Amino acid sequence: MASTVAIEGLSHWYGRGGNRRQVLESVNLRIEPGEVVLLTGPSGCGKTTLLTLIGALRTVQDGQVTVLGQPLNGAGRGARQRLRRRIGMIFQGHNLLRCLTAEQNVQMGADLLLNRSYLARRDLAREWLRAVGLGDHLGKLPHDLSGGQKQRVAIARALAAQPQLLLADEPTAALDSSTGREVVDLLKRLAREQACSVLMVTHDPRILDVADRLVRMEDGRLLTSIG
Amino acid sequence: MLIRQPVRLAVALAGISFAGILMFMQLGFRDGLFDASVTVHRRFDADLVLISPRSTSSVRMAGFPKRRLIQTMADSEVEGITPVHWSLMLWRNPQTRQTRSILGLGFDPEDPFFVDPDLAPKARALSQKGRVLFDERSRPEFGPVAAWYREGRTVESEIGGNRVRVAGLVQLGTSFGADGNLLTSSETFLDLMPTKAPGSIEVGLVRLRPGSDPLAVQARLTALLPNDVRVLTKQGFIDFEQNYWRSSTSIGFIFTLGAAMGFVVGCVIVYQVLYTDVSDHLPEYATLMAMGYRVSTLVGVVVREGLLLALIGYVPAYLAGQGLYLFVREATRLPVGMDFTRAATVFTMIFVMCMASAGLAMRRLVDADPAEIF
Repeated sequence: MASTVAIEGLSHWYGRGGNRRQVLESVNLRIEPGEVVLLTGPSGCGKTTLLTLIGALRTVQDGQVTVLGQPLNGAGRGARQRLRRRIGMIFQGHNLLRCLTAEQNVQMGADLLLNRSYLARRDLAREWLRAVGLGDHLGKLPHDLSGGQKQRVAIARALAAQPQLLLADEPTAALDSSTGREVVDLLKRLAREQACSVLMVTHDPRILDVADRLVRMEDGRLLTSIG
Repeated sequence: MLIRQPVRLAVALAGISFAGILMFMQLGFRDGLFDASVTVHRRFDADLVLISPRSTSSVRMAGFPKRRLIQTMADSEVEGITPVHWSLMLWRNPQTRQTRSILGLGFDPEDPFFVDPDLAPKARALSQKGRVLFDERSRPEFGPVAAWYREGRTVESEIGGNRVRVAGLVQLGTSFGADGNLLTSSETFLDLMPTKAPGSIEVGLVRLRPGSDPLAVQARLTALLPNDVRVLTKQGFIDFEQNYWRSSTSIGFIFTLGAAMGFVVGCVIVYQVLYTDVSDHLPEYATLMAMGYRVSTLVGVVVREGLLLALIGYVPAYLAGQGLYLFVREATRLPVGMDFTRAATVFTMIFVMCMASAGLAMRRLVDADPAEIF
């Protein structure tokens, strides 16, 4: 079976001319289907850049990146947009839509699935909210939810689109330790059930044990690959 | 998304409505004034109208020989003719003794020339010399003529040093050129305006047999008559008057410009509101893009927002426009009213305004870089 993510010799620079600064240097990384990979490292070392490149949010400058079978070198806007539909993303902040209820937010994720009726998509959204333990908070606005609840809604939203790859950028950063633990466990369990690969960036040492594999990054290079 | 910000919504709607009202007002005035300039013209019972080529508008009607009108009888399709004298006169306000110019029409009382059948019985009173019919819709500056007449008083005034008595009231209406109207017999007219040559008239009305083609007769008469008269259809006569006000004066331009200003003001307000709204929600738009939504989907959201604003903003504008027209009718006695064309025009303008603003605000969406949200 093909790797979910295959990266070879990826380098990336920010800025141009004299201000050009290299943030990634010859990165090689493979993520297999169903694998949970944790990416750690000091801030500013290029973790988020790597994540945005895999998430098809930035153009690849140098190196080979293939995500879910789609080569990203020179991929156009349309191709990248279609690929993004197959990737779930969980952000540092929850990034929920302020004016929509929890249910509607999750449905924004479910709406990405084509060929499903409105009712089917709504039921799917409800199911996912129940799966993350928010079955009683369907009609609440993000404003009325606690931090952990919001992050759980975000997870439900990401998974409702039935992604094959989940990218998470410090999903526990805004949460206290026990809530963070809960959220990560939930994330891992649900991803497993969906046979979805996970790449999670984190600083949080308390959650490192959920990983199948731990990858450490420093100054734009991947240092170790444990596991 | 605006619903969660009632103040901004209110501002947006107020802006749109304001722009709508402005457009309603300016266009209403323009059309009302153009309409009013031909209130008298419309009433003429005629298929063709003869005027002098030197006439430029209702306020500057030149005379032409009455013979020309009689000559039209040579055409077999012509059924009847009516000569009309037409001139501005100085009317003295019977209360304040101030003089003011009023449009006077002289015609043969035996041959009422208006489509209006009411005129015939009133016209009989004009067969006595020195009698006039006064337009009760004339501006109040001419004096409380209508009120006095209704009270049963004998209303007398002076025109060019000649005493006249009001023998009845008619309802015509004011226009650009004339603040008031009065009707009188040809005979009285010539007494009041001694400078006018008796053999000369300002307007000749020609009635055709039922079923005849006015354009064909117009062409024949134009060929028949020397070029000291112009033959117009009734519509041509109306257009002649309106064209004068439209092209030879700045009135049309001014009001159209006013409406354009309303349009621009509305654009700026709606744009400002939509732009701030898009800017405020930029992270959310970016999130949606990161999730794999197409830019066109997001553009659709902004367009719908603009459309909704247009729809909701139009309602108060329409209602206020109605109210305003009522007020203007009372104050100026101009026939300003809401018609479907104008209602539709303003709606289209508001719609275009909201769409254009939405289009401009959307450029902000391009700035929503999904990579920035991590």
